[in-house]
Amino acid sequence: MATALAAPARSPLRLRMPRLSTSRVTFAVAVVWLAIVAAAALIPGLLGPGDPAALDPSQVLTAPGEQALLGTDHYGRSVLTLLVHGARTALVIGLAATALGLVLGGWFGLLAGYLGGWVDMLVGRVVDMLMCFPGVLLALVIASGLGASTTNLIIAVGISAAPGFARVMRGQVLSVRSRLYVEAARSMGFGSGRIIVCHVLPNALAPSAVLATVTVGTSIVAAASLSFLGLGVRSDVPDWGQLLSMGQPYLASAWWISTFPGVVLTLTVIAVSLVGDWLRDRMDSD
Amino acid sequence: MVHVVLTRLLAAVPTLLGVMVILFITLRLLPGDPTAAMLGGAEATPETIAALEAQFGLDRPVGEQFLMFMGDVLTLDLGTSYATRQPVGVMISQQIGHTLQLAGAAAVISAVAGIVLGSLAAIRRDGWLDAGIRVLSLVNTAMPSFWLGLLLIMAFAFGLGWFPATGTGSLAHLILPAVTLGLSAAGTVTRIVRNSVLEVLGENYVTALHAKGLRARTVVAVHVLRNAVIPTVTVVGIQLGALVAGSVIVETVFTRQGIGQTLVQAINGQDYPVIQGVVLVIAVIYVAINIVVDISYSAIDPRVRATVAR
Repeated sequence: MATALAAPARSPLRLRMPRLSTSRVTFAVAVVWLAIVAAAALIPGLLGPGDPAALDPSQVLTAPGEQALLGTDHYGRSVLTLLVHGARTALVIGLAATALGLVLGGWFGLLAGYLGGWVDMLVGRVVDMLMCFPGVLLALVIASGLGASTTNLIIAVGISAAPGFARVMRGQVLSVRSRLYVEAARSMGFGSGRIIVCHVLPNALAPSAVLATVTVGTSIVAAASLSFLGLGVRSDVPDWGQLLSMGQPYLASAWWISTFPGVVLTLTVIAVSLVGDWLRDRMDSD
Repeated sequence: MVHVVLTRLLAAVPTLLGVMVILFITLRLLPGDPTAAMLGGAEATPETIAALEAQFGLDRPVGEQFLMFMGDVLTLDLGTSYATRQPVGVMISQQIGHTLQLAGAAAVISAVAGIVLGSLAAIRRDGWLDAGIRVLSLVNTAMPSFWLGLLLIMAFAFGLGWFPATGTGSLAHLILPAVTLGLSAAGTVTRIVRNSVLEVLGENYVTALHAKGLRARTVVAVHVLRNAVIPTVTVVGIQLGALVAGSVIVETVFTRQGIGQTLVQAINGQDYPVIQGVVLVIAVIYVAINIVVDISYSAIDPRVRATVAR
């Protein structure tokens, strides 16, 4: 830290050039990583050979090496195969929960922003109430009410993402609603439904789209956290969060069971958020 | 000032009533059989089940159940645990001290880390230190807190043997969980501090201070940080409420006592009154902290005070 403080100020010119290319390189790396994860989700057999559920008593808790690239767990299952097959669970939950949050929250935000009045007040109050459950608490309550399964996990995480979308959408609709082209459409006698769908929605969607990319990442993290608490997918579905928590009793002896899913999960969420940043920069420049 | 406090408190009442409605709907109306949870898998005659339902009021109409629940909560009665048959209020009051201790320590850690890293990043804007801190905070926000906790256990409990991996009690037991929880919020605080320091650095009076010949270090430490602190207070305050919720996960990682552990056990045993009680308490703490932050905000910043008073 001390050396950092003493470092001389660099000229802005020398910094600009490399930073631009670093951001391009990180973006490219992020895209490549997401492509690998997507490939694993679509055709798991390609990257992670073998049956993820195959138990091998002779291979229990093997350290990473020639026998098993990333080691095996306490049932003798290959960690690599489990990770590859878990990609589908992570992506499905991340994307489906985000879609649910976007559609649900976006719809109410749109109505609240466009109609105003008591609809706006009602939606605003409900959003306030839902925002009283900090962090994963809302998802946790819903998941514990519904019971543990992949679908319920998606519903729980999706609903808890909805208030954020409602706020962002409402704000954007408020600003779009007063634009000239909306007024023009209204003066031409178009109905509210047509104005909302054809004129307001397309022009108010950008901030929600950026939020959606971020939400894919946060949903994966939230789902993994619920998995860790025992509210996740069924135990026979390969899942990163579940594998991470299954490795906890073996942290001292078999570090690889928790470490690899943790690294993969973190890298994926980082990649998603880098793509989100890129998207936001793109949208801002328009 | 009294006016401000009263308005904020009154506005919180309908919100908290709504929170109770949401809790009631999710936990009572969704599928799930509380009597099965109470019996814990044991076989029971229909008479036993009926008796249990009568004891907990589950045989009444939904509307009546809801009014009973509201009435109980308003008289500060959070009900009785299905599993332990203990009053939920007693269970929470026995555990909440541990959680508040954890959340408080975590808030201090996140505030200190966030202010130091955020102001360093702002002062060395666009330098490698700024870039490094940005990468750190990116990794930080992408990491689930339980994974960070497991890493710290591997490094500092099993690897170096400095701290115990699990348990409650001494200061040594508090450090790893508090660092885990604190760091999970530090990324956000860092980002806000960086932005607000940058904003203040651009102000005219800062240029004036430099022109006056003050050392750059004095300008930052004495003048910039003090003015950049207001948004930070808001963030740390709101984070504190989120930290109480985050303790649910961190307490589970470190098998540390607290309301988070109580909540997780209740979820696994479908002990609805306990789930309801703990979540309600966390929500009330969160809302209360938000109100306190709002009020202290106007106490710190004379400009806000002036607007509110008008």
